Amino acid sequence: MTKEHIIRGPVFVLEDNIDTDQIIPACYLNLVPTIPDEYRKLGSFALAGLPEGSAAFTANSDGSTPYPIIIAGENFGCGSSREHAPIALGAAGCKAVIAQSYARIFFRNSVATGEIYPLESEERLCEVFRTGEEVEVDMNNNTITRFSDKKVFGLKSVGAVAPVIAAGGMFAYARKIGMIKSRD
Amino acid sequence: MMTITEKILARSAGLASVKPGDNIWVNADILLTHDVCGPGTIGIFKREFGADAKVFDPEKVVIIPDHYIYTADEKAHRNVDTLRKFVKEQQLPYYYDPGTESYCGVCHVALPELGHVRPGETIFGTDSHTCTHGALGAFSSGIGNTDAGFILGAGRLLVKVPETIRFILDGEMPGYLSAKDLILQIIGDIGVAGATYCAMEFSGSAIDSLSIDERCTICNMAVEAGAKNGIIAPDQKTFDYVKARTGKPFEALYSDAGATVRAEYRYNVAELEPVVAKPHLPDNLATVRACSGTKVDQVYIGSCTGGKLEDFHMAARVMRCRKVAVRTMIVPATRQVERALDEVTVEGESLRSIFENAGVEPIAPPSCAACLGGPLDTFGRTHGEEVVLSTTNRNFIGRMGSKKSQIYLASPFTAAATAVKGVITDVRDL
Repeated sequence: MTKEHIIRGPVFVLEDNIDTDQIIPACYLNLVPTIPDEYRKLGSFALAGLPEGSAAFTANSDGSTPYPIIIAGENFGCGSSREHAPIALGAAGCKAVIAQSYARIFFRNSVATGEIYPLESEERLCEVFRTGEEVEVDMNNNTITRFSDKKVFGLKSVGAVAPVIAAGGMFAYARKIGMIKSRD
Repeated sequence: MMTITEKILARSAGLASVKPGDNIWVNADILLTHDVCGPGTIGIFKREFGADAKVFDPEKVVIIPDHYIYTADEKAHRNVDTLRKFVKEQQLPYYYDPGTESYCGVCHVALPELGHVRPGETIFGTDSHTCTHGALGAFSSGIGNTDAGFILGAGRLLVKVPETIRFILDGEMPGYLSAKDLILQIIGDIGVAGATYCAMEFSGSAIDSLSIDERCTICNMAVEAGAKNGIIAPDQKTFDYVKARTGKPFEALYSDAGATVRAEYRYNVAELEPVVAKPHLPDNLATVRACSGTKVDQVYIGSCTGGKLEDFHMAARVMRCRKVAVRTMIVPATRQVERALDEVTVEGESLRSIFENAGVEPIAPPSCAACLGGPLDTFGRTHGEEVVLSTTNRNFIGRMGSKKSQIYLASPFTAAATAVKGVITDVRDL
């Protein structure tokens, strides 16, 4: 998990029920995330499953994304348990998703891997923001601020998973509390 | 007072009681993985526990390659080789190798068939449809590679105890209705996020009357409403099924009558109609009759939710002495199901013969096949603007391959009737 508690950059805006087949289509699941070269490749295919005519998420020439923040509606990440989904977003250079709500396994995988911060907005933001707008996400104060009009929107606190997020993922947390052995 | 889900989690955590919202460390009785998520899980296990680490208990690890088996994709083959190497190194007894006699097919149909699912136990699997196994009275839930890699080494997982939503289905099942209609109706009513983080507990006389195959269809799709698990209390049918497949002891658990649930829904199944989920979400519900006449290009009968023996038995009853009007694909979920197509008959004719005489495509070998698209050479995968009626569980954009294709989810009865007519057809109107 990155230790950045302030994230700045342009947002990529999506709507409700963005499923894992849209985040990483199944034809790319032959790639294994723990192999570094394939991890990078997964990143280049992040959100390749969006409907025809959608804006490209991985728009940089090196296959990464210019958008460190995704804003979405309800039930983000529904569908498969494929951990390739948060990994593809993270590998592309995305740092945080701000959705109204999440599908359970996607949220869990995001926290467990530490690839991205799965944050929840207090209100529906996917109609308030447009792709490309510059923002600042402040995780210390649970806010997202739009640069153009300085408008501030609230984020929910992360709740029970805060210790896992703070530790940097499932393994770091388990080591911290002594559930598994520390590494020398 | 606890629900069956709470009781199983409490037992697996070694606690006297738990309540929804508790975060507890739960011991896994079974960890299931396959060719798509297994290699990444193994990668995490080795990275975090060390190159020489041993799995927590070889008896509790089940590896069933099933996703990308019949493909020329080199990485898919490499991934199966990764599993083989790990199985050998760790001396894992429950591995079902493609290309050999032990290959079994789709993990969620094979796991109970092979006796790895027992009432009262806790199962985790690197596949969202791991919730299928709650049909036998187990707690069973899908997880990602990192959590699975953690379990491989530590044997346990941090779990939040879910609230339970109870679905009571009473009444006599009409002959034209199947479990798929029931679960599509429920998902349509509560929505694709209607049970997020919750346990969906199914009971009532209609559930009691269902076969194990049909109960699996219901629990399989709990995740399509966002649930953590689906569960049905075990009964004599469950015990007969399990004891015919494993000698391992188990302890069945049941919900207390007064256990607190988040909500309760009641259905009289006699009043329900055959339904479909229209493109592109499983909760986009309509009656089959409301879509009647919609032209389809292909019909697909297969997958962990729609490729079990009873699914093919239902389809064969409709297709017998009839011809299909569109490309129709039959993909048995497992080798056992495939063999049974020759052994099980309708009016004296084997299911295989009924399908072949109806003019379906050559019956495919068991695997996940086109349910999730997969490599470009996957059997049944869509490549253009095909309209598909399918007994599978997801109809997201691009799910079966092409982003331009449209998928309708329906029961095997509806699939067979639609195959015969070439347009979406309620089996009552055939």
